[in-house]
Amino acid sequence: MNWHRYASPANFKRLSDRLLPWAAGGAALCLGVGLWNALFVSPADYQQGETVRIMYVHVPAAWMAMFAYANLALAGAATLVWRHPLADVAGRAIAPVGAAFTFLCLVTGALWGKPMWGAWWVWDARLTSVLILFFVYLAYMALNAAFDEPERGARASAVLALVGVVNLPVIKFSVDWWNTLHQPASISRLDAPAIHSSMLLPLLAMAAGYTLFFVAVTLVRMRAGLIERRIDALQQQHLADAERA
Amino acid sequence: MNAAFALIARDVKLALRTPAETLTILAFFVIAPTLFAFGIGPEPQVLARVAVGIVWVVALLACLLSLDRLFQAEADDGSLEQLVLAPAPLELLALAKCAAQWLTTAVPLIVVSPLVATMLQLPDEAYGTLLVSLLLGTPTLSLTGGIGAALSVGARKGGALLALIVLPLYVPVLIFAVAAVEAAVAGLPVRPHLFLLAGLGVLALTVAPFAMAASLRQASE
Repeated sequence: MNWHRYASPANFKRLSDRLLPWAAGGAALCLGVGLWNALFVSPADYQQGETVRIMYVHVPAAWMAMFAYANLALAGAATLVWRHPLADVAGRAIAPVGAAFTFLCLVTGALWGKPMWGAWWVWDARLTSVLILFFVYLAYMALNAAFDEPERGARASAVLALVGVVNLPVIKFSVDWWNTLHQPASISRLDAPAIHSSMLLPLLAMAAGYTLFFVAVTLVRMRAGLIERRIDALQQQHLADAERA
Repeated sequence: MNAAFALIARDVKLALRTPAETLTILAFFVIAPTLFAFGIGPEPQVLARVAVGIVWVVALLACLLSLDRLFQAEADDGSLEQLVLAPAPLELLALAKCAAQWLTTAVPLIVVSPLVATMLQLPDEAYGTLLVSLLLGTPTLSLTGGIGAALSVGARKGGALLALIVLPLYVPVLIFAVAAVEAAVAGLPVRPHLFLLAGLGVLALTVAPFAMAASLRQASE
């Protein structure tokens, strides 16, 4: 299969036309079902009580924060290797979405931490590394917008995105490497997940909903980015024509 | 290799001929901790508790201050393009620039650091570890800072942008360096922290030359 076919803006538009309704519809469905089950059907935790329900918003947000960053780094690699304009548009589309997921993860974590740990924030390895992820997203966006020529911003921020990848394994393994207050992984383990199916299924539905939401929003933002570039190009052409006339 | 040493020698010579830049950064390194002493209060126990953190944070900020001219000066006078076009690998030349930055900024900071630590009542048994942690940690600061400096060459708002890029990358160094010195204060083994600090240095040494060279090539296009 020749993936380069989808890299032309026109083909991307056709592909996204087909994907977008499914992604958006799927996101609405999964988030609806997931939230209903998470907030009303699933049982309260025997230790955490009702606050466990924050987990259904918090954990997928954390996954998506890292997933979005991995995509950002892939887009960065594509920008540097193939210099493809679509990769640059993708990076610019993904960054604010990923930053928003990271922020959601931090805020819901704080809301859960106050009743459970007695503090909004603790400086433990997991929390700190996620906070750094948030800062790297901010730096990416600032760097991307810091140059007069957008191409230079795209490539500089692509390098930064690749450098920031070192943070992803640190986030993932921070709970194993250091003795943290944050609990270790209970789902992606080699043996069975340490979470009952009545809680796992709503969580997975929420995760699927978040992922589809991410896909849908990224597609919309990429299309908007492509249209912006088109407008820029047309304006420049218009100015050039006016000068010649 | 000769080109790299020549570049280091040139930068060091430049720094020696215009000592004002280095001295300004050193002055910042000495003045900023006194602000903490006023802000926190002069009680020796309180200061002793936070001394390591202050010394390291201020050293890190002083390092950051010297970074925005690291490649921007070359870009302004056009010699950056000569570096990019030079037959020697750009990765090596970028590394040489960082080495020169470390020699002209970090080494004076390390020399002055015991003075600052004394002002902040750092416990006696921690000085050795403080110096070792600075020796092991500051090269990493120069290298990761070099990435930020190379990325922000030609950017509209250099200084603040550089801080935004570089400070998150500095956090691991700060964590392990301070952990090492605090372990020394508490009489615990310091070597694990220092090994991790050295490991970060090796990682930065592996990644930074390529990231710097990639961004410098873009900057000179």
